[in-house]
Amino acid sequence: MAINYQERIPNNVDLGNDRRLQRALEHWQPRFLDWWRELGPEGFQTKDVYLRTATSVDAKGWASFGAVKMPDYRWGIFLADQEKDRTIGCGDDYGKPVWQQVPGEYRSILRRLIVTQGDTEPASVEQQRLLGLTCPSLFDLRNLFQVNVEEGRHLWAMVYLLHAYFGRDGREEAEDLLMRHSGSEDNPRILGTFNEPISDWLSFFMFTYFTDRDGKYQLKCLAESSFDPLARTCRFMLTEEAHHMYVGETGISRIVKRTLEKMVELKTDDPAILRKSGVVDLPLLQRYVNFWFSSCMDLFGAEISSNAAISFANGVKGRPDEKRFEDHIERDTSLEIGMPDEAGGMRMEEVAVRSAMNEQVRNAYIKDCQIGLIRWNRLIKKAGFEFELELPVSRFRRNIGVWAAQYMTPDGKSLTAEEFTRQHDRFLPSDEDRLYVQSLMQQVTEPGKMAGWIAPPDRGINSKPVDYEYVVLQ
Amino acid sequence: MITFDTHPDRYRHWQLQVDGAIARLILAVDEDAGLVPGYQLKLNSYDLGVDIELNDALQRIRFEHPTVKTVIVTSGMEKMFCAGANIYMLGTSSHGWKVNFCKFTNETRNSMEDSSARSGIKFLAACNGTTAGGGYELALACDEIFLIDDRSSAVSLPEVPLLGVLPGTGGLTRLTDKRHVRRDLADVFCTNPDGVRGRRAKDWKLVDEVVPRHAFDEKVNARAHELCAGSLRPDRAEGIALTPLNRKIDEAGYHYGHVDVAVDVDARAATITVRAPATKIANTLEDIHRAGADWWPLAMARELDDAILMLRTNNDKIGSFLIKTEGDMDCVLDADAVLDAQKSDWFVREVIAMMRRTFARLEVSSRSLFALIEEGSCFAGSLYELALAADRIYMLDITEEEGDAPKIALSALNFGELESINGSTRLASRFYGDAAVLADLKSTIGTPLDVFASEEKGLVTFIPDDIDWEEEIRLLVEERASLSPDALTGMEANLRFGGAETSATKIFGRLSAWQNWIFNRPNAVGDKGALKLFGSGTKAEFDRRRV
Repeated sequence: MAINYQERIPNNVDLGNDRRLQRALEHWQPRFLDWWRELGPEGFQTKDVYLRTATSVDAKGWASFGAVKMPDYRWGIFLADQEKDRTIGCGDDYGKPVWQQVPGEYRSILRRLIVTQGDTEPASVEQQRLLGLTCPSLFDLRNLFQVNVEEGRHLWAMVYLLHAYFGRDGREEAEDLLMRHSGSEDNPRILGTFNEPISDWLSFFMFTYFTDRDGKYQLKCLAESSFDPLARTCRFMLTEEAHHMYVGETGISRIVKRTLEKMVELKTDDPAILRKSGVVDLPLLQRYVNFWFSSCMDLFGAEISSNAAISFANGVKGRPDEKRFEDHIERDTSLEIGMPDEAGGMRMEEVAVRSAMNEQVRNAYIKDCQIGLIRWNRLIKKAGFEFELELPVSRFRRNIGVWAAQYMTPDGKSLTAEEFTRQHDRFLPSDEDRLYVQSLMQQVTEPGKMAGWIAPPDRGINSKPVDYEYVVLQ
Repeated sequence: MITFDTHPDRYRHWQLQVDGAIARLILAVDEDAGLVPGYQLKLNSYDLGVDIELNDALQRIRFEHPTVKTVIVTSGMEKMFCAGANIYMLGTSSHGWKVNFCKFTNETRNSMEDSSARSGIKFLAACNGTTAGGGYELALACDEIFLIDDRSSAVSLPEVPLLGVLPGTGGLTRLTDKRHVRRDLADVFCTNPDGVRGRRAKDWKLVDEVVPRHAFDEKVNARAHELCAGSLRPDRAEGIALTPLNRKIDEAGYHYGHVDVAVDVDARAATITVRAPATKIANTLEDIHRAGADWWPLAMARELDDAILMLRTNNDKIGSFLIKTEGDMDCVLDADAVLDAQKSDWFVREVIAMMRRTFARLEVSSRSLFALIEEGSCFAGSLYELALAADRIYMLDITEEEGDAPKIALSALNFGELESINGSTRLASRFYGDAAVLADLKSTIGTPLDVFASEEKGLVTFIPDDIDWEEEIRLLVEERASLSPDALTGMEANLRFGGAETSATKIFGRLSAWQNWIFNRPNAVGDKGALKLFGSGTKAEFDRRRV
């Protein structure tokens, strides 16, 4: 299949003159499209969607809007502009020139990082494929598809690196990225969380707020990589990832807003009464926060990790905003991290900074997560209610790391396993909660109209009005 | 002090499930139950404690579950079959501990192959997740390997690229000699820390089947049942309980019912005495099974096996083993005759296998072995194998008038069943397969041979008389103790396993030579060595000169 590269695949990697890359893509691109048709968004493949397409990396080009059918979306390949004379920013080789080619020594570790990152991108598209059938508005439907096509582009970005720098192994790995499927028994996605379907929009907003933010922090670490093409790719991806978090943050804000309207109107915070009028009560929202935040904690890995230490030492991966740290080598430095003690509490223990990389990234992430909560709590307070949404402690409900299988309340008080099970529905979404949320999921597709559990957005996309026909269903 | 006693009720790391002809050995390592403090057994990685349980479980299957024809070795962990030996354990262990650990794990894996070849217990590795390093070596010791095909789980031998050491628990040897992986592909495989998965793993012969998750259990079960066909094991039989060993430990050494170990710290020698049965042993199948773990051949072998392990693990400064026997030679010959006559019975077959493996364990021990044939000894048949395993055999020359002139005698078991790890009988190895010599020796079966006949036939090394004896033996032990232990270990191993190689001799030889050389080099264990620094986040620095 002949491809007109410049036209079909916007790029800034000189694809038109790169025979090797062309050969790889000629093989891979049709498979990608097959995958998209089969496992991409269900039911809207032939509709015009008002989407943003990146056509270059400059301020003007990264956001050109227009109606497009999703399979015709122009997935492109972009790297942020090359920084002149960039040097290695962390680890043992600090200060030496960055790598423009993969060093043989780090071939495996880099490939593994790229594959793991790449695997999450199509996974989230698969997880979200049925959401279109229950969208609360055309505006949200369009945002969902924007997120989906960009996850698709992020897959392209990782596949580009595999194709361009890892030879035959890279091509095979790229193919496997399309062969593993979220939730598949035989070929599941690499990370456990990415195998759970996202079946309601509250979960979708939580995912884009919390899980995509995890993605942001992983990308920030990779953006510090000494392997310059990876760093540049990730820097550009970060600009797109910001939009996904915007979808999450405004989505939850709009839910809170709608609930508060009802609370004021009915003069009550009683969940039973609020549920009768079809809004998401705040305690339920808190339980969803507890669930999603805690599942993201595990994505950062164990508190003490030799793999993370090796990646840092080798300069393969840095910390988010590495420049802000004082010491970029951390050869013999240590810091204190909380470890479980025998009494069910926490004691501080000194560990090597290099071994505690995951914990440092996790802490930066937690800080970033707070921003939305502050905003939502402000709305609640302004409406005159006492309730405050809170993040659970990072030790809560962990399956990985030193806190795995330690039972505690969301605010960190130790519990027995039996007690945890007994109180489960206070901490985490109950079956009843999930059924209720599911019952709210009714498709709304009239332009400008919103489902009853969510407020309209403050503004539309790209200066279009909120009632613009973002997805043309006729 | 480390002991090797355990029981399925006390396992921390393995589960043994038996269902008719199929046994399941499920590895789910308890991270916090390492044998010594200082490391966590993450990702189903193992230390000596984990392998002691595996060894025990295999023994239980052999004796307590006689209907088991196929053993499925699998993992109880999600997405992780086994990550191999624990690296932090290796990184913090002394050289001697590492070597002793590797030796024991090799013996356990070799014993699986011995059971497959000789007892009809087949092993199927059901690799239901990542299978790395020693984990893959465990799978390699099985008859067949099934790998789950989930586009993530791979088999790998990452020792060279990640740790700067070898996959030395038979990994390299079994890749080529057992699985016939082409050497260039093996080179690629052993230098890629990510390993190989799916279709390619099968194409390269690294595994026998790759099976998607939904069909994995079913395919594994079906194959396990197929492997039962043609097994020598019975469809129905009562097991023989392996009761706890009758052992006492004190200052003087280790004391058992039929075996005694006297440790002489100053002489750096231990005297191991094996006693003949006091009377004729049970000889009908009914009586033999009733005697069970108390039946002399099994009780003796288990005690001797334990004694060797205890000495190796807890007495590393004891460099020489002086091997003696005590009792009525006729009772030993009678026992051998019963073993030979009843060897088609599953239990007797397992007892013979236990004796074979125990004598092999003695022989691969890095200790000087001297057999002392004195008054009251009974080096006949199977017990004469202990002498044949030794580096030298001293037989007392004393006249009938002066004392109880010792004799030796051969039995059918010296000509088959108790082969050394090089695949031939010790007599055949001793005489380099000379058919005439062996035929002559065979004609003496059951006939007591006096000191001159024994010397004349080359069955003993020296025959000091009663006047010289004590001084000869003192000098022997003292002289040996003065030599370099390393040089002795190397020399003895070279001389013990002359002639053709087998997988087992190669595995031990290469472990002793290559792996232990690498284990001693700064590139692995120096302050900047790969094994030392693994997981610390600091990169290894190599001395780039090729040696």
